[in-house]
Amino acid sequence: MNGGTPLIEFERVSKVYPHPAGNVVALDNATLSIMTGEFVAIMGPSGSGKSTLLNLIGGLDVPSTGVLRIEGADVSTLTDDQLTELRRDRIGFIFQQFNLFPLLTARENIEFPIMLACGKRECGQRPHQLFSAVDLPEDSYERRPSELSGGQQQRVAIARALINDPALLLCDEPTGNLDTKTGNGIMELLLGMNRRGKTIVMVTHDPKIAEFAERTIHIRDGRVE
Amino acid sequence: MIFFELAKRNLRLHLFRSILAVLGVIIGVTSITAMGILGAGIVLFISEDLTKVSDTLVVSPHVGGAMGFSTANDRITDRQFEQIKRAAAPSLAVPVYQTSDRMSVGSEETAGIIYGLDPKDMPVFLDIKEGSMLRGSSGAMVGARFAEDNKLKVGSLIGVRDKGTLRVSAILKERGMGFDINPDYGIVVSSKWFQDSYNRKEYDSVIVKVKSLDEIDSTKKTIEKALNRGRETVVDVVDTRKIMETILDSFSRISLFTTAIGGISLVVAGVSILNVMLMSVTERTREIGIMRSIGAKRKEVRRMFLYEALLLGLIGSGIGAVLSVFAGLLVSQVMLQTTRFVFAPSSMIYILYGMAFGVGTCLLSGFYPAWKASDLNPIEALRHE
Ligand SMILES: Nc1ncnc2c1ncn2[C@@H]1O[C@H](COP(=O)(O)OP(=O)(O)O)[C@@H](O)[C@H]1O
Ligand SMILES: [Mg+2]
Repeated sequence: MNGGTPLIEFERVSKVYPHPAGNVVALDNATLSIMTGEFVAIMGPSGSGKSTLLNLIGGLDVPSTGVLRIEGADVSTLTDDQLTELRRDRIGFIFQQFNLFPLLTARENIEFPIMLACGKRECGQRPHQLFSAVDLPEDSYERRPSELSGGQQQRVAIARALINDPALLLCDEPTGNLDTKTGNGIMELLLGMNRRGKTIVMVTHDPKIAEFAERTIHIRDGRVE
Repeated sequence: MIFFELAKRNLRLHLFRSILAVLGVIIGVTSITAMGILGAGIVLFISEDLTKVSDTLVVSPHVGGAMGFSTANDRITDRQFEQIKRAAAPSLAVPVYQTSDRMSVGSEETAGIIYGLDPKDMPVFLDIKEGSMLRGSSGAMVGARFAEDNKLKVGSLIGVRDKGTLRVSAILKERGMGFDINPDYGIVVSSKWFQDSYNRKEYDSVIVKVKSLDEIDSTKKTIEKALNRGRETVVDVVDTRKIMETILDSFSRISLFTTAIGGISLVVAGVSILNVMLMSVTERTREIGIMRSIGAKRKEVRRMFLYEALLLGLIGSGIGAVLSVFAGLLVSQVMLQTTRFVFAPSSMIYILYGMAFGVGTCLLSGFYPAWKASDLNPIEALRHE
């Protein structure tokens, strides 16, 4: 849709997990690309390989065979540290279980990736804008995750994913642990981020949630349909 | 740094567990350091005496010849003394009479060592606390402990069995452990009185005060050569410095042993820290997965766990260092009856050693868990419940 080079490019990518009772082919010969600015949903039954696909896109895992390019870079040529920097600077992760650090306050959770990026305790002024951007009440800043509601926790997680201004947001069932109303609020937030230029790839099994995306990739038994 | 903050909060979250781990470090550091302080104190304690008598050779008759046959004489004759004196010259050779006998003070019966010395030689060994140095042939000077035990004063009378009565002319200063003479628990009389009372002229030993320390070995050899002619050994010449060094050596081995015990408790502490940290890694597997997925490098995860180990080590070593000063004071008081060596630099350095060992042990125990944490596969760690 943007016409330029794809942000993500799969060329005949397979992912095989070794298993005592025969290897598991989690992703089978997938070829696909995702353009900058797209909002893509990945759908498929449980165990079909959705998370595997998302982990590959996020540089958390590398292909067994085939070529995967993220922002033009072949991930098989990157070191572990380079992949980590890619995740830190270019990608934001949003998980179903929110995955906040229980020992850190909301503010510290959000600041965590900047601290990784610039190595200092205090670094930049972005958290404030982000708190309002993800619509978090002011009294939640210094609270620990256990003191926040599910929806608030996911907003903190989204703010954390956005803080290093990544090109790509990866969401694995972002509304899976939330009620419909709260989930829709989160989806509106993501849609807004997409309108402001973030590329979003989201795994979901809920067709209503998938409707927020402009394109849906279906996957079954590791094969992209 | 946020990783340090996380390490701190995690330790605080598991406070009880952390305290137990730190307790091991405290015990280890305290015992290593206290033993080190005691060992250094013993060395200083001995060294003090070492410098005091290291210029001394003691010549005594050789006892128990080969195969159990006793040799001709068990005393040193006047002729032999003249030989020793010539051989030792220009160092001073002092002949000494020595025996022990029953004595009476008022109606109290007691016993003690009696030294017989030529009054002109007395200032070489003896310092007076009160009274005045013996001049004529009668009278006695008494050792500090002997005077205290028998409530003697200058002017008191001491009866020596059937030998006569001596008037106390002086109380001597306490001399401490020595290898030449030990008058603290006895009395010193003139050699004239001794000869007359015990009816003998032969000496029990000859003490040689060497002019300079370098001459100890050569003087010893010269005396041995002059008296032990041919195959027969007539006298033994003992170098007190050697005796001191032997004792010092065995004391430092003792302190090495006790320090090793402290080391063992540190190893135990290390194992408990290893355990606590492995527990922490397992509990926080998911957290590690999150960190890695949002951009923490392996080395950063590793650092976070090493901070945890470092914190445990610093807290434990810090408390241990403070406690070890008290423990050092206590063991020194008990073992050496003095605490004056505890704050000597050569003792205090053990605090640094102890702390270094404590922190080192913790870091060492932290390495494996930290490596294990950093080596986790982020995807699998994320799946961990
Ligand atoms: N680390 C792994 N080791 C072995 N098998 C795995 C591993 N990860 C995923 N799989 C298998 O790969 C397949 C796809 O898994 P996944 O991508 O998690 O599916 P989904 O997210 O669509 O439920 C499943 O059969 C799963 O059991
Ligand atoms: Mg999944």
